[in-house]
Amino acid sequence: MVKLHNVLNSDLNLKIFVCVKQVPGVAEVRIDPKTNTLVREGVPSIMNPYDRNAIELALSIKEERGAKVIALSMGPPQAEEVLREALAMGTDEAYHLTDRAFAGADTLATSYTLALAIRKILKESKKDETYLIICGSQAIDGDTGQVGPELAEELGIPQITYVQKFNFKGDKIILERAFRAEEVVIIESNLPALITVLKEINKPRYPTMLGVMNAYEKKKIIQLNAENLKAEKAKIGLTGSMTEVWRIFIPERKGEHLILEGSIQEMATKLCENLKDDKVL
Amino acid sequence: MSIIIDDKLCTGCASCVESCPYSGIEIIDNVAVINEKCNLCGACVEVCPVDAIVLEKEEFKVKKMDISQYNGIWVIAEHYQDKIQPITFQLMGKSRGLADILKVNLSLVILGSDFDNLLEEFGKFGADEIIYVKSPILKSYYSDIYVKVLSDLIIENKPEIILIGATSTGRDFAPRVAKRLNAGLTADCTGLDIDINTHNLLQTRPTFGGNIMATIRTPNSRPQMATVRPGIFKSPKKSKREVHIRKIEPIIKEKDTVTKIVKIIEKEKFSVNLEEAKIIVAGGRGVGSKENFKLIKKLAMVLGAELGGSRVTVELNWLDQEQQIGQTGKTVSPKLYIACGISGAIQHLVGMQNSEIIVAINKDPNAPIFKVAHYGIVADLHEFIPALIKEIKKVKSVL
Repeated sequence: MVKLHNVLNSDLNLKIFVCVKQVPGVAEVRIDPKTNTLVREGVPSIMNPYDRNAIELALSIKEERGAKVIALSMGPPQAEEVLREALAMGTDEAYHLTDRAFAGADTLATSYTLALAIRKILKESKKDETYLIICGSQAIDGDTGQVGPELAEELGIPQITYVQKFNFKGDKIILERAFRAEEVVIIESNLPALITVLKEINKPRYPTMLGVMNAYEKKKIIQLNAENLKAEKAKIGLTGSMTEVWRIFIPERKGEHLILEGSIQEMATKLCENLKDDKVL
Repeated sequence: MSIIIDDKLCTGCASCVESCPYSGIEIIDNVAVINEKCNLCGACVEVCPVDAIVLEKEEFKVKKMDISQYNGIWVIAEHYQDKIQPITFQLMGKSRGLADILKVNLSLVILGSDFDNLLEEFGKFGADEIIYVKSPILKSYYSDIYVKVLSDLIIENKPEIILIGATSTGRDFAPRVAKRLNAGLTADCTGLDIDINTHNLLQTRPTFGGNIMATIRTPNSRPQMATVRPGIFKSPKKSKREVHIRKIEPIIKEKDTVTKIVKIIEKEKFSVNLEEAKIIVAGGRGVGSKENFKLIKKLAMVLGAELGGSRVTVELNWLDQEQQIGQTGKTVSPKLYIACGISGAIQHLVGMQNSEIIVAINKDPNAPIFKVAHYGIVADLHEFIPALIKEIKKVKSVL
């Protein structure tokens, strides 16, 4: 690993947006065998784990050189919980993009909606400000990793995905991007930019008692709906989505199953014979 | 799409100039003017205090598009150190079948710089056409340059299906291209099929951590884009085939990219090459400890196999990240897969169920791994594996 330069530059007035998503605790999702649908009841919701790394990075930048950290989440009313958690961890502001019209959004529609909110917040910003957007590399429910790059494209800013190390170099950012198993690429970029982070980048903090109290008593979550965002109806929610889920099913399991019997020694002998017959040994 | 400035409304305040990430707008004679750097991101539209800037969108993006104009399948090649990667050939094999169903052309699209002499050879993997975009800068992967070159090419040629490897490269540029084209994109597919009546690509992928499979389609718009997980489809055998080669040499300069590659560091190479391994021995929680993994390693050594593991073994630091097999790790398809102390969560099964022969060793007879295993051994692996190692040594010494 190379040591990255770390040049502080306090002239930079920085806003950091962190996009977070509420996801079901994956291991708990089950299918109802009779109806073939998702059993959502009793499944606890959590903040997407990678997004916690994104928040941690934003907060560490803030502590090191000063920045305003803003958490954003698009989702149903209960997604407020993850924003409350973001505030408890230490983010300064939280915006909840919530509207029935946003429902059913694929990644295209989601990135459009997030971009509207970010533009709206930036419009109210000071002139000499720049910004950084941090997303988790993917959400553990859909695992697409598409919203980050699509958001960067919507805003027309550079993107660096799968970042495992981050630093400033003057007004620029310098990052390590995981690229294949064999390679790490060091990339330099101007701000504004969007990065997506891997869990290797840091160890997310837990909210403190005071943080939790502040999140409920001092800080507010600002709600934005389609009207507040002046969203084009054709570009949000299901209408704005190009992809649709056609079918959901439980994966089929194939194979002939032969359970070997006998003593340990007998089973070992039988297995070797079989594997020899199959020409894999 | 185009951007229009109403010069009667414009006050020349320059808010738009400051908002533009690409220096694509300037003030000339007190009026804002768009220059060639503009990429129509619309940032200026939002900031204009007098609403003098309007982004006009093409009709088809709002109205239902005419999807019949789109034709053919494209595979976007991935290369690393001047070598086309296996995922590209895997995609070619699968796409040839899809192209035959649709009765359309299959094109292999290569963005690179040193492939002139290899194109004929690549043609043997089933392409009707090779589109070779050649430029020295395309030797390395630059996100923004890839996006620009590919998007322009797609807009011009209108393929109906575009397939890309779900690698750290493919998953970086594919979403951005999809957004630029307003095209549907399905990530990390493990199954592809065609609905012949509608020409819809049926894109199957694991979701919710691999517990559930979803089939996604893009019924009303084209192109249909998908990233496809490496290791799922098999590379085709080479065959003679007439292939039409189109070479394009655009002028791209290094300064056209906004990000800069400072350095590429090669990591110390592990001996791990799970994706191409013929035999894999994998351990799970049942192995019990890092210390106990020595036994699994020994079995792997005797077999000349690669060593892998389930997610938990990586989380517990018994193995390295590169060795993880499953939904969030690697997908493998060796001739022989020996699962030791792996219960067989679907998240793991997704990554190994295409193996030719699966052996499962587990003390729990109800472990789901036995449902995919060809040979199951219900036993304590710490007792069974030493016996197995002895037997294998016997067999090997006979050979």
